[in-house]
Amino acid sequence: MNKRITVEKKVLSENDRLAAEIRRKLSEKRILALNLVSSPGSGKTSLLEKTLKALNSELNMALIAGDVQTENDADRLKKAGGKIVRPIVTGGACHLDAKMITGVLEELDLDEVDILFIENVGNLVCPSSYDLGEDMKVVLISTTEGDDKPLKYPSMFRRSSVLVINKTDLLGLSDFDIEQVKNNARMINADLIVIELSCLKETGLETWYEWLRERTAAKKGR
Amino acid sequence: MHELSIAMEIIAIVEEESAKRNLERVEEIGLKIGALTGVDPEALRFAFEASTADTPLAGVRINIENIPVRGRCLSCGKAIEVKEFIFICPYCGAGDLEINRGEELDIAYIVGL
Ligand SMILES: Nc1nc2c(ncn2[C@@H]2O[C@H](COP(=O)(O)OP(=O)(O)OP(=O)(O)O)[C@@H](O)[C@H]2O)c(=O)[nH]1
Ligand SMILES: [Mg+2]
Ligand SMILES: [Zn+2]
Repeated sequence: MNKRITVEKKVLSENDRLAAEIRRKLSEKRILALNLVSSPGSGKTSLLEKTLKALNSELNMALIAGDVQTENDADRLKKAGGKIVRPIVTGGACHLDAKMITGVLEELDLDEVDILFIENVGNLVCPSSYDLGEDMKVVLISTTEGDDKPLKYPSMFRRSSVLVINKTDLLGLSDFDIEQVKNNARMINADLIVIELSCLKETGLETWYEWLRERTAAKKGR
Repeated sequence: MHELSIAMEIIAIVEEESAKRNLERVEEIGLKIGALTGVDPEALRFAFEASTADTPLAGVRINIENIPVRGRCLSCGKAIEVKEFIFICPYCGAGDLEINRGEELDIAYIVGL
């Protein structure tokens, strides 16, 4: 006789459990945790390099750089002045998961840290399913990508709190319409905070830094 | 494709549950996939088949219930279904919606003997 067993269990319940554990630990230490996601090459590492150079004397930053094959991004972040930097090489996996973050956090001394940045693997689909215990996801899109990106990858835009539009120095070179991107993104997520900047020309970065300062202060309860 | 990692999680949970319930054979797995999860049901089916070939779970039926995005408009109070990921109330045009369906990625049931 066939038996029907009711399971009603989340497929990613183990990941969610580990993520909740990370969130609890980081919150205890009042560390702001940001999960940076984008397509390959939108400028996640570039933005973190600039952020390190500008805010290193003000804020203690720990950085985890996820990559499918190399440790290049972690090396770039160290060169840019990052003191606590760890690579995660996923060896093929298209996303980071909470277990990988748990492993790295165990090795780090987080006592003095204000912000933990996690650079996810460049991919707009897969990382959206995996909670890493972050406070917020920051999604980047660059002006060399299509302005319909939000509509093609709605889950990521829905689950992010901030949209950074990078490479504004290249506006006008393609048919990328920045107002259209913002409209598309806000149809999916009305609460999205939008920051426009260029890592290359160093414009708009101050808005990003100011947002980081506010959020770290809020996390510290100041 | 993260569908492969998700298939692996499903296999682990099904193995655990069927051992707990003394199932000798699994014949069907019922899944719920919300439209907001970014999981492609067909890719998941394919990943599951690929990763169970030559295992005791080979050939198991996968029954997927696709869950649409549903909720309530906080401005006019009407129940709504979000189509095409446009999170705007079709009745009053407001954007403040309370979403309560569409995030599911669940194993609902297992059938076996
Ligand atoms: N023109 C222009 N180029 C930029 C800007 N920001 C970054 N780039 C370039 O874009 C390329 C990719 O930048 P990265 O910072 O490596 O992008 P990423 O998102 O970290 O890439 P992955 O980690 O591979 O996903 C590099 O060649 C950068 O120099 C910008 O504001 N303007
Ligand atoms: Mg990078
Ligand atoms: Zn309404």
